Amino acid sequence: MLAMFFWAFVIGGLICVVGQLLFDVAKLTPGHTMSLLVVIGAVLDGFGLYEPLVDFAGAGATIPITSFGNSLVHGALQDAKAHGIIGVLTGMFQVTSSGISAAIIFGFIGALIFKPKG
Amino acid sequence: MLKGQQSWVFENRPMITATGVTGGPFEANGNLADDFDLLYEDLWMGKESYEKAHRLLLEEAIKVALEKGKIQKEQVQFLFAGDLINQITPTSFAARTMQIPYFGLFGACSTSMEGLALSSFVVNYKGADYVLTGASSHNSAVEKQFRYPTEYGGQKPPTAQWTITGAGVALVEPNKPDKQYPITTSATIGKVIDMGLSDPFNMGGAMAPAAVDTIVAHFRDLKLDPSYYDLIVTGDLGRVGHETAFELLGKNGLKLERGQFKDCGLLIYKEDQPVQAGGSGAGCSATVLYGHLLNELKKGTYKRILVVATGALLSPLSFQQKESIPCIAHAVAIEMNGEKR
Amino acid sequence: MASNQKNMTPQQKNYQTLQQKHELKRPVLKNCVKAFLVGGLICMIGQAVSYFYIYNFNFTEQSVGNPTVATMVFFSMLLTGFGVYDHIGQFAGAGSAVPVTGFGNSVISAAIEHRTEGFVLGVGGNMFKLAGAVILFGVFSAFVVALIKTLLVMWGVL
Repeated sequence: MLAMFFWAFVIGGLICVVGQLLFDVAKLTPGHTMSLLVVIGAVLDGFGLYEPLVDFAGAGATIPITSFGNSLVHGALQDAKAHGIIGVLTGMFQVTSSGISAAIIFGFIGALIFKPKG
Repeated sequence: MLKGQQSWVFENRPMITATGVTGGPFEANGNLADDFDLLYEDLWMGKESYEKAHRLLLEEAIKVALEKGKIQKEQVQFLFAGDLINQITPTSFAARTMQIPYFGLFGACSTSMEGLALSSFVVNYKGADYVLTGASSHNSAVEKQFRYPTEYGGQKPPTAQWTITGAGVALVEPNKPDKQYPITTSATIGKVIDMGLSDPFNMGGAMAPAAVDTIVAHFRDLKLDPSYYDLIVTGDLGRVGHETAFELLGKNGLKLERGQFKDCGLLIYKEDQPVQAGGSGAGCSATVLYGHLLNELKKGTYKRILVVATGALLSPLSFQQKESIPCIAHAVAIEMNGEKR
Repeated sequence: MASNQKNMTPQQKNYQTLQQKHELKRPVLKNCVKAFLVGGLICMIGQAVSYFYIYNFNFTEQSVGNPTVATMVFFSMLLTGFGVYDHIGQFAGAGSAVPVTGFGNSVISAAIEHRTEGFVLGVGGNMFKLAGAVILFGVFSAFVVALIKTLLVMWGVL
């Protein structure tokens, strides 16, 4: 269990360092950087490389935005196995809905109760 | 009178008889807090939106200037003012409140000197008895429009600047020979200069060439050399732009003394405030000039100053369309009435 | 940045060289260290949240991703609403932007900001200003990857 905490820290930290280099060296905007990282997550899962990372580093792989790409591909492939090619379209949001739904719901709640502090 | 290619000399020496300077919480903790007439404790200022607070800053600055000038708003012929917000709505809405015939200006952060130059010209040629001119900005309203939501966790690089929350307004009148007020003696209008820089987080670097171009034009048109002024102060070049401009001026044959060349964006905040490369915004040059610098001029610290307000003429859309940042700078020379030439 | 390099005049190129000398450089190493530490910390907190759900709520290692992410986004709502996340972001850069809390912050900060324009046009119309790109490219790239893989499996290549 302790080992998982350590690897979550290290792998999560390293993925953030990649993001920071894209900010500071490649001078990409946050929008560009996050989009790139999500695509990388999707591609890595296509090659079957992301799941082993999740087994190894737990939250270190599921918390960074790259895991969105991973989950979307996963959901699509799962449904494709069950329903054929149309599953690629239908399966995507079944696995990732929590992140986006949470952001929408808490975003709205936030707008209801909070005021920006400038 | 036209002098040279792009400058005016105001032989009738228009006078700045009163000013109003308002600011927000950051400015209250800054270097020049004592030179502000009114400071607000928070960015909302009791209003329901940042844009309404922005409007309030300008309205209150105008009211202070009118009070100090001992006149009513009905006596003012024209208002020359602007800000950074889309369609300059805060200024237009303030003009609606004031009911003064209104010239809305957009020169980004150079608006203050654009307004002062035009006001001086109008007063010089008896086009008005009283003219109000000013510029304003509000940090949150500008961030919301140009960059990211104010609570967004983005990381600003060291070249970024902090838009000031404040408004600076001046009342310009024809000269009263026996009165000790600052007068405007000349102005140089700038051209749009674009050196191909496109990083909206480094405006100082983009604006420096415009400042240098206008300063060079000023000395060329008026046939003066830098020693004529005790102080040449740029609007908001910040750390990066100011250093770059100093070197570029040298390359153009204008050797200034370090102590002679300052920047409003660097004057307004303390070293320990998290403003990266310094202050910026349409309100920056306006609040620093109409507050601090004119106070110093009246005290005798400076005899003749040249204020060069600099603006970056980009929009959020132009950045997305991969355009570079065109910039402009306008200069106005100010001294005390009764100063010997 | 150097978006129209090929169209620069010599005067522009000269100025840019001069300007580069005075441009305050980003402290890349310092930023990376800060990003590593804060990013790692956020992931560790996520790991703790995961274990909390596994031991108290009958989730398994496979299914705990959903409640964990939702909880982390909830935390980012609190931090964003209380005006703390922007300070964390200035310090940590990618360390707070890359984790899913950064995604939450981008949506929530936009929603909070545009409340002054009303809930429909303001909040609804602007909420995805920053996050839209991530959702678009995430979904589309997943579609392409899954499509290619499925076709390859169907044709017996994989």
